[in-house]
Amino acid sequence: MILQVEGVGKRFGGLQALSDVTFDLPEGQILGLIGPNGAGKTTLFNCISGVYEPTDGRVTFRGEDVTGSKPYLMARRGMARTHQIVRPLNELSVRENVIVGACFGRENHRLPAAGDIADEVLEFVRLADRSDQLAGSLNVGQKKRLEMARALAARPYLLLLDEVLAGLNPSEIVMMVEIVKRIRTERNVTIIMIEHVMHAVMNVSDRLLVLDYGRQIAEGTPEEVANNEKVIEAYLGDPKLAERLMTG
Amino acid sequence: MSTVRKYLGLIVTIGVLLMLVAWPAITGKDITRETTFTILLSVALASSLNILLGYTGYVSFGHVVFFGLGGYVGFYLMSAQGMSLWISMLAGGVSAGVLAFLLGKAILRLRGGYFALATIGINEAMRAFINNFEPFGGPTGMTLNFSVYRDYGGAGQALWLSYYVLAALTFIVLIVSYLVRTSKFGLGLLAIREDEDAAEVMGVNAPNVKTWAYVLSAIIPGMLGVLFFFKNGSIEPAPAFRLHFSIEMIVMVMLGGQGTVLGPILGAYGYQSLRGFLLTSPIFKDIQLAVAGVLLLVIVLFVPAGVVGWLRQRVPVLRRALQ
Amino acid sequence: MQISFDLIIASLIDGLLLGFVYGIAAMGLTLIWGVMNVINLAHGPIIALGMFSLYFIFDLFGLNPYVALLLVAILGLLLGVLIYFVAVHRVIDAPHLSTLLATFSINMIIIGLGTAAFSASPRNVDFSLGSLSLGPVTLLGTRLVAAVLAVAVTGGLYLFLYRTRPGRYIRAVANNRDAAELMGVPSAQILALSFGLGTMLAAIAGGLIATFFPFTILAGGVYELKSFVIGVLGGLGNPVGALLGGLILGMLEGIIPAFMPTTWVPVLEFLLFVLILLVRPQGLFGARK
Repeated sequence: MILQVEGVGKRFGGLQALSDVTFDLPEGQILGLIGPNGAGKTTLFNCISGVYEPTDGRVTFRGEDVTGSKPYLMARRGMARTHQIVRPLNELSVRENVIVGACFGRENHRLPAAGDIADEVLEFVRLADRSDQLAGSLNVGQKKRLEMARALAARPYLLLLDEVLAGLNPSEIVMMVEIVKRIRTERNVTIIMIEHVMHAVMNVSDRLLVLDYGRQIAEGTPEEVANNEKVIEAYLGDPKLAERLMTG
Repeated sequence: MSTVRKYLGLIVTIGVLLMLVAWPAITGKDITRETTFTILLSVALASSLNILLGYTGYVSFGHVVFFGLGGYVGFYLMSAQGMSLWISMLAGGVSAGVLAFLLGKAILRLRGGYFALATIGINEAMRAFINNFEPFGGPTGMTLNFSVYRDYGGAGQALWLSYYVLAALTFIVLIVSYLVRTSKFGLGLLAIREDEDAAEVMGVNAPNVKTWAYVLSAIIPGMLGVLFFFKNGSIEPAPAFRLHFSIEMIVMVMLGGQGTVLGPILGAYGYQSLRGFLLTSPIFKDIQLAVAGVLLLVIVLFVPAGVVGWLRQRVPVLRRALQ
Repeated sequence: MQISFDLIIASLIDGLLLGFVYGIAAMGLTLIWGVMNVINLAHGPIIALGMFSLYFIFDLFGLNPYVALLLVAILGLLLGVLIYFVAVHRVIDAPHLSTLLATFSINMIIIGLGTAAFSASPRNVDFSLGSLSLGPVTLLGTRLVAAVLAVAVTGGLYLFLYRTRPGRYIRAVANNRDAAELMGVPSAQILALSFGLGTMLAAIAGGLIATFFPFTILAGGVYELKSFVIGVLGGLGNPVGALLGGLILGMLEGIIPAFMPTTWVPVLEFLLFVLILLVRPQGLFGARK
């Protein structure tokens, strides 16, 4: 198991944003994390990646208890993530953004080696022609790919993708899904992805985890989850849901 | 050729500074030396501050506290313990660095305006404390016995010596500033400046990196404090911890271009020349502060990237030369 | 050392009364911070302008200082609106450094022009309301009136913020500017008004202080620093916290000299300031968010 999450919960003052989430993630899988808005998906990412300290439970990454660790230590241990709302380092160039990922990520590279990695990763996410542009000047789709490139440059074992498809046009979605698939096959990276574009997440994921109001309501293969009654209820009780989900 | 291209930014910076430094040495005039001393002091202080302000994005309004504390520690060693200028400068730098390290651990947690306010508070607390601290002479401060200068070839020689030491320190600051700007450490600082949370997620150990930037930006001001008050012959709390001086440093960094190596040099030169002009001009003499205020406002409102930043944006060809 | 109990009570009350005025000054600073996240570094010079305005209105027109204070308040409001549109509006969304420097440039302009116009020799508002003796304690009339006015101003500010439409707009903008704009609040005007109210409070504080102490154009600096301390003590952005913070600071200034030399007061004040920033940045009374 690359990641074990046991009974993780997070409370903000009086609000229980997340409670009792438990799952194991074997190496090499893609886990889709779905659920309505406000279900606690990003909160779960924050608890896993060290941005928040969980109020309850335990997170184990590659056999090490990392509950409440700092985000920069998690990056060093080989966990990388993207942000739902993109956070480019605006006044730095695209290439410099990716170099930051390579320099301070798992492999802790020096600048010249990090530069080579950045060039390779930018090629991979098809941003190489934008290398010297300021990151702030990219459009949303390009910024999403920049987030991806920064995360990949860290050479992570586990990649947390937070809605990398949101706000993209159909052709960009196809490109991004392709990239996600290639990450697994070519780079041997385990992935958890939060996604609202259902047909894409159904298509890509090995397993799905469904959150609703901070609780884990279902887990299983895409087919199992799509036919799960609780899940259908959570998604406004749409009886045709399963069909829609599978066909997109 | 490619080496020249690679280090063009540094070469231009050093070239500009060399011209500044050489001018009094060539003319040999005291008045030129004094003018240049003020400018170089500003360059060195502004460039030190730039490591924190320009690279890391933390606004230290009370940066003069390091100049003042270093100055006091060094001055005490010279006047009361009979130590040499060199040892005292070292001690001044070390004490400023240690203070920055301790402060860094505490107040660098604060963001934006809160950090700026805390630095003001630290400076004012330190000034008020020194005002009460009898070993450092309390409110009247300390003076150097004139005979101290004899070890440095007499008072006249000591002034030239101070000048060359300052020039050397300024070179060191600029080289450090350049090395930081082009290093992995510097990249981490820039990442923090742009988005500290995102930088942490990418693996930048922000608490540590910020603290070291703070320490780096404090050491040279501490040494400069010793040198300045050695040349001055006396030290008092008010000029040592003058908040206004802190803000002038920020203005110089902004004027030249924050986050660039060359910017603080041009900014300090521009600011001090302007100030000199205003002070001696019959029209502006009485309202020099107001004129400087109007200029600052114009820069903040219309040229926030400073001269170097503006040139880099407008003339991309110059990017390599202006760093 | 024998400490006289009466003396402590006397200086405590003296400090407390002064604290009301500190509170008004800090309220001006904290209001601007709370609404638009700007630290107004022109706060001190504006306090000084309040002093000078009161002095000139009193001296040239012979108006009663408290009537003059009304004019000072109006001038302070107008000046603030002007400063907002000239210096702050353009950089309101820029990083902190921009607004800090923009307001500092106003500081330089006021001090520069003020020094040229008023010279550096101290002025004095020659006005007295006598004093009131309660047992061992003697209260100066001007301080008593100032304290009462400070409470009235605070009450007025609250009525304005909670009972009038512009006041509600200010609170809406302070709470969430984007949302307020979406609901049709004219945010530029509201921000300008808030800035004006902040400087108005500073000018009123200056006018009141002018009835106690001699002053120069530089005299506001000390109260600016005190306003920072008080603002943080009461929670930046919290007007009532500012008044309470002012009282606390006033009392500390009254009590501390009974136990150690007066010159230690600023050391303790600023250490307290930094300490509170570190352990309770939301202030002793918790800031409204």
